[in-house]
Amino acid sequence: MELIVAAGIGLLTACGLYLVLRAETFSVVFGLTLLSYAVNLVLFASGRLVANAPPLLIEGVARHTDPLPQALVLTAIVISFGMTAYLVALALRAKGESGRDGFDDGDPT
Amino acid sequence: MSHLAIIPILLPLAAGIACLALERAGLAAQRTVSLASALMMVAIAALLLRHAGTGAIDVYALGNWPAPFGIVLVLDRLSALMVAVCAALALPALIYASGGTDALGRHFHALFQFQIAGLTGAFLTGDLFNLFVFFEVLLLASYGLLVHGNGRARASAGLAYVVLNLTGSALFLIALGLLYGTLGTLNMADMAGALARVPTADQALVRTAASLLVVVFALKAALFPLSFWLPRVYGAAVAPAAALFAIMTKVGVYALLRVSTATFAGAPVTADLLQPWLMPLAIATIVAGTLGALAARRLAVVVASLVVVSTGTLLAAIAAAGTEAIAAALFYLVHSTLVAGGFFLLAGRIATARGEAGDGFRTGQTARRAVTLGAAYLVFALAICGVPPLSGFLAKLMILRSIQEAPFGPLAWTALLLSSLLPALVLARAASVLFWEAKPAPAATAEVRLGLPALAMLTMLAASPLLVAFAAPVADYARATAEQLQSSAASEAVLGADPATARERRP
Repeated sequence: MELIVAAGIGLLTACGLYLVLRAETFSVVFGLTLLSYAVNLVLFASGRLVANAPPLLIEGVARHTDPLPQALVLTAIVISFGMTAYLVALALRAKGESGRDGFDDGDPT
Repeated sequence: MSHLAIIPILLPLAAGIACLALERAGLAAQRTVSLASALMMVAIAALLLRHAGTGAIDVYALGNWPAPFGIVLVLDRLSALMVAVCAALALPALIYASGGTDALGRHFHALFQFQIAGLTGAFLTGDLFNLFVFFEVLLLASYGLLVHGNGRARASAGLAYVVLNLTGSALFLIALGLLYGTLGTLNMADMAGALARVPTADQALVRTAASLLVVVFALKAALFPLSFWLPRVYGAAVAPAAALFAIMTKVGVYALLRVSTATFAGAPVTADLLQPWLMPLAIATIVAGTLGALAARRLAVVVASLVVVSTGTLLAAIAAAGTEAIAAALFYLVHSTLVAGGFFLLAGRIATARGEAGDGFRTGQTARRAVTLGAAYLVFALAICGVPPLSGFLAKLMILRSIQEAPFGPLAWTALLLSSLLPALVLARAASVLFWEAKPAPAATAEVRLGLPALAMLTMLAASPLLVAFAAPVADYARATAEQLQSSAASEAVLGADPATARERRP
């Protein structure tokens, strides 16, 4: 299980990074989404991968899973979701104002 | 338990929510709430400074869960100082904005207050994940503030800025995941102890995670080679937003300082993490910022480049380590934040006064109130370049003295001195274009009134002379802060005198 999860995270990160490095807004948004999936999995796995174990201390049960990473992941999901939504709105506005997609407005300041 | 530590977070948060609720009541009501909150923040910051100045360290356990299980806020000298600088910067910026900038878009005051809440939260928290959350709060608000007042350049600069920071947040979270997975804690004081006990097998992972964390903070602080986003973003924002942004890079510097002294320094695994490369990169940051200032074609971009220079200067002092160097860095931090914030406000004033030409270095109409603006420009320019008798000179002198023994010391001296000389040339050249190379204004242009923006700017103008007049108490406070940072007082206050509290650690 560890190997599959680790390989999955690596693949998601690699794809995400590749897409982020492209200069099109859609690819970048997509890449950031993939990156945030990878990040959420990393956070989740930081509590160790445990199957069929309660996240609470129950008498007579020796195996527990760590509940803290689950709380961290929830926070991270909410934040990255909100940020992505904002990014999409901003990209649409930038496109509406300049008529072009992408990050270069032709003004080097 | 005293509730003093959480007030600087709750007050702007409440004010921000009130501003949202008052949207229908009009701008005047929002201004009143926002300004009242900023005024109260200054008073609270003074209280915090007085309280922390006694050397006491307040630990506020949120929800009354004791550390390291719950999240704590830690109010020590450094946090109090940073909150005070933030409050001192926010009030004039808000006064300036109330002169009309806030009417350019919606929700300016709410966003501004949320950003203050994020900033103070980042300064006060003693937990790394909580630091991430407050980073996001202040970033989200800054995304909104950056595009305030529309404009093509702003939307485009904002897009790049958001993408960069989202990537930074991803790195931050990966670092936190790895650190929690290996150390089993995210409390900064507790992590210091856990780092010392890391098994050999995990050491490489811990070093990787710590390095990722440093990269994220370097991105926020705009350390070379992660500094190129800053001039464009800060140069594109409206003046009061840019003024508040002046403290955002300092959040990165603060986090770097806090983590490197309180968490990383004590453990052999991470003690030498910053040593080999922080000083060279700081010097490179100073050079890059200075070159950026030389190449800029607008006053706001010059000031933004000088913010990059100030990051380099600060990190050069922090890289040198030692009580003297950190104390000098803190003094410089207060000076550079307030002066850069004021200079952004002045750039906004000049842009308004010159009409169409804005703050660009090209021939425009004669600036209204050119004498007042020119005099203010002179003071800010002298302060930011480090010319006596203003605070920039004192701060740079302290830094130069403290880093002469450090590795790369001579190189850092050269860079620091050049970073005073070249910006002086840039600003002199800029002034000759902005104020002298002008054609008469068409008679129809409206008179620029000496309203709230001018008042705000004049307040900021007083910062540098005041910092000189009260240099001794500020320097004493900075030195005591540096000593407190390097002692184990904070970790004892958070975890109790016995660090080996009986607590179950995961394998």
